[in-house]
Amino acid sequence: MSALLSARGLELRFGRIAALDGVDLDIWPGEVVAIVGESGSGKTTLLRVLSGLVPPDAGGVIFDGQDVLGMNEAARRNLMRTQWGFVHQNPRDGLRMGVSAGGNIGERLMATGARHYGNIRAAAADWLRRVEIDPDRLDALPRTFSGGMQQRLQIARTLVTHPRLVFMDEPTGGLDVSVQARLLDLIRALVAELGLSVLLVTHDIAAARLLAHRILVMRQGQVVEQGLTDRVLDDPQHPYTQLLVTSVLAA
Amino acid sequence: MYVATKGGEQAIGAAHAWLAETRRGDATLPELTVPQIEEQLGLAVDRVMAEGSCHDRGLAALAVKQAKGDLIEAAFLLRAYRTTLPRFGASAALDTGAMHIRRRISATYKDLPGGQVLGPTFDYTHRLLDFALAAEGNALPAVPHAEPNTAQTPRVTELLAREGLMQREATSEAEPGDLTRDPLSFPADRAVRLQALARGDEGFLLGLGYSTQRGYGNAHPFVGEIRVGEVAVCFTPPELGFEIELGDIGVTECQMVNQFKGSRTEPPQFTRGYGLVFGHGERKAMAMALVDRGLRAEELGEDADAPAQQQEFVLYHCDNVEATGFVEHLKLPHYVDFQSELENVRTMRASAMQAAAE
Amino acid sequence: MNAQTGYNFAYVDESTKRMIRRAILKGVAIPGHQVPFGSREMPLPYGWGTGGIQVTASILGPSDVLKVIDQGADDTTNAVSIRAFFRRVAGVATTERTAEATVIQTRHRIPEHALTERQILVYQVPMPEPLFRLEARVAETKRMHALADYGLMHVKLYEDIARHGHIATSYNYPVMVDGRYLMSPSPIPAFDNPKMDRMPALQLFGAGREKRIYAVPPYTAVRSLDFEDHPFRPIRAPHACTLCGSRESYLDEVITDDRGGKMFVCSDTDYCAERQAAKAAAE
Repeated sequence: MSALLSARGLELRFGRIAALDGVDLDIWPGEVVAIVGESGSGKTTLLRVLSGLVPPDAGGVIFDGQDVLGMNEAARRNLMRTQWGFVHQNPRDGLRMGVSAGGNIGERLMATGARHYGNIRAAAADWLRRVEIDPDRLDALPRTFSGGMQQRLQIARTLVTHPRLVFMDEPTGGLDVSVQARLLDLIRALVAELGLSVLLVTHDIAAARLLAHRILVMRQGQVVEQGLTDRVLDDPQHPYTQLLVTSVLAA
Repeated sequence: MYVATKGGEQAIGAAHAWLAETRRGDATLPELTVPQIEEQLGLAVDRVMAEGSCHDRGLAALAVKQAKGDLIEAAFLLRAYRTTLPRFGASAALDTGAMHIRRRISATYKDLPGGQVLGPTFDYTHRLLDFALAAEGNALPAVPHAEPNTAQTPRVTELLAREGLMQREATSEAEPGDLTRDPLSFPADRAVRLQALARGDEGFLLGLGYSTQRGYGNAHPFVGEIRVGEVAVCFTPPELGFEIELGDIGVTECQMVNQFKGSRTEPPQFTRGYGLVFGHGERKAMAMALVDRGLRAEELGEDADAPAQQQEFVLYHCDNVEATGFVEHLKLPHYVDFQSELENVRTMRASAMQAAAE
Repeated sequence: MNAQTGYNFAYVDESTKRMIRRAILKGVAIPGHQVPFGSREMPLPYGWGTGGIQVTASILGPSDVLKVIDQGADDTTNAVSIRAFFRRVAGVATTERTAEATVIQTRHRIPEHALTERQILVYQVPMPEPLFRLEARVAETKRMHALADYGLMHVKLYEDIARHGHIATSYNYPVMVDGRYLMSPSPIPAFDNPKMDRMPALQLFGAGREKRIYAVPPYTAVRSLDFEDHPFRPIRAPHACTLCGSRESYLDEVITDDRGGKMFVCSDTDYCAERQAAKAAAE
């Protein structure tokens, strides 16, 4: 078996600041990898570089044997709407707010050739159920949904085409604690059921513990520590990781 | 039996005759001559030249007469004439530093080489209707004549640039784009943007420029300099191989000075917004300079979320000949589309009422 | 140059015509793709057919026979004005008979009579971009066309059905040309869309203000977007023409009095007149 996504030697500088400083990373099929670190540590930049949105100064990214950084925009967009998914922190960035819930979920199906209205609608209703939204809301606009529902709708819209790799950027970021727990449970169940690979960026250690098989700790553009989730969180080696873990425990 | 409306051709002919009659107005009054318009409605003529993008005062005056004083219609007439003219080459860039100055003011320096020259301006008039003007034949007040100003009048922005305080513009020998030949494409470079703004509608640019002062674009502009006067147009005919002077044209130039907080590669300094229009058109030149600076937001790494900073929004909508055509085309018949909509609405109403009944 | 008018044949100068013909050829080579061109000011206002006029001027020869229609009719004021313009600046023969014309310039309709290989249909186009209501930025729609990224258009049609039970677009109904480019057919009623498919005549589209030309070569597939279970349906008023009795043609609704009286007549005046003449001859 080979890694699904593999990055080597990523470097990116913004002026004097190193956003990425020699980052290597592998994600295996069915694996959930969390990147943790405080804001400004480079984790969101890493996500954008891995998904081909921002070109790095140096290094390479391979997805399933294809060179992500070298591919043209048509190929990259195709990857984005078929094999990849992207869940944004703010659901407004990932949803069309003026389009019904059904249209939001159906968009990726239609973009990949689905042309039977009844089937698209049935798939959309099914996905609303799977993310625990009443299918009666199929024709409602996302702006009439609560924040947690919007985030679940975004997940449904992303997963409807069964992508192989999903990038998640602080998916529980803007939500209340009680809503966060429910969403994390839902993500965990769906990821297991569909056998998805996930790259999760979060500053929430509890979310990483719940979802991730493996953790990378980033600081100032470098991966300072990585390993299995339980090992990193229960027996942190790097002083920065120790600080992260204790500050969470304290909070 | 019903007969569909006919006689469009006859109706158009009659309408044109009526138009000509109303243009002439009361036949007992003397007819307005083109030279009178050129001389006495000079600012209208200048505006038509600018928006018609054709420097010819006589033709612009004729267009104003033909358009019954509708200046957008007049600019349109001039454009439709201009577009048929052969194009034999591109002139050298105007040297506005060597302008024969009629008016030159700076709001950033009290006094400066070449001095402040007020020139013929409304600026400090009291806007009281002058009822004496209603009667013709009044003697003109004596205008004091001074010796022509031959002093060197360096451009204010150049004084700042020499100190390193004003960002220098990138120079290029490449021929600038021509949007009358190649349609706009985005991102549009600055030469093309300025070209579009120079032809753009004064009212539209005024509103946009004004919006940048009111928080939609975060501008902090100063009038570095406005200069009005005549400059020589120079051209090198390929068959001669050396530059000759074709003649003088009247222009108004405005250079706005704006703050720039600096970037990774450049220290804080002033940046320029630039406006240049045919004839005497200060309002337009100033508005153009504000909008030009607004459109530079992106290249200068500033937020670009205000209307005056959106290239596509500004450039696609500033041309009044395009805009007036498309707005006014709504007068053309749309029976066919409306019929489709009628059937569509009836179908929707029928199913809605059926649903309500069930 | 014509000494009487002071203008070149068909008004537009020859170098401009060559530029427009190059754009037309490119359009024909890439069916449905919008080709930017150096649109000139015309003596008629933008939005009144300047794109169509430039295309017609560039393809017109002295032996051509020109027909101009607006809303299907030859005698609407704008059609009259454009026809008079070309009579004046090109001196070409004009006709109201669809079958006699070699070039037909149209606004908002396709003639009812099937067109032939020896005819060219020139459409006046106000907004060439089929996606503009969904995405206003031209730079972005250009990218969407380049990548054939048309999911958004289908989302719009999906929303129509979800909201209204059917696709609520009755004119300017988007089409897919040769399975590749999404194209605006100009604001013709959806009723006319099927006529575009594999039409023997060359179809040229000119948008003057937006400075785009595009084309559908003869016998090219033109498909109206739809869903398998909500197929495209052309709509017409469910009546017969009061004048000629046609149940096939597209109808205009005419209000006959202020008490709700109305009647329906063919929008294509030539088609209607021909049928009325045939009926009279038979009687």
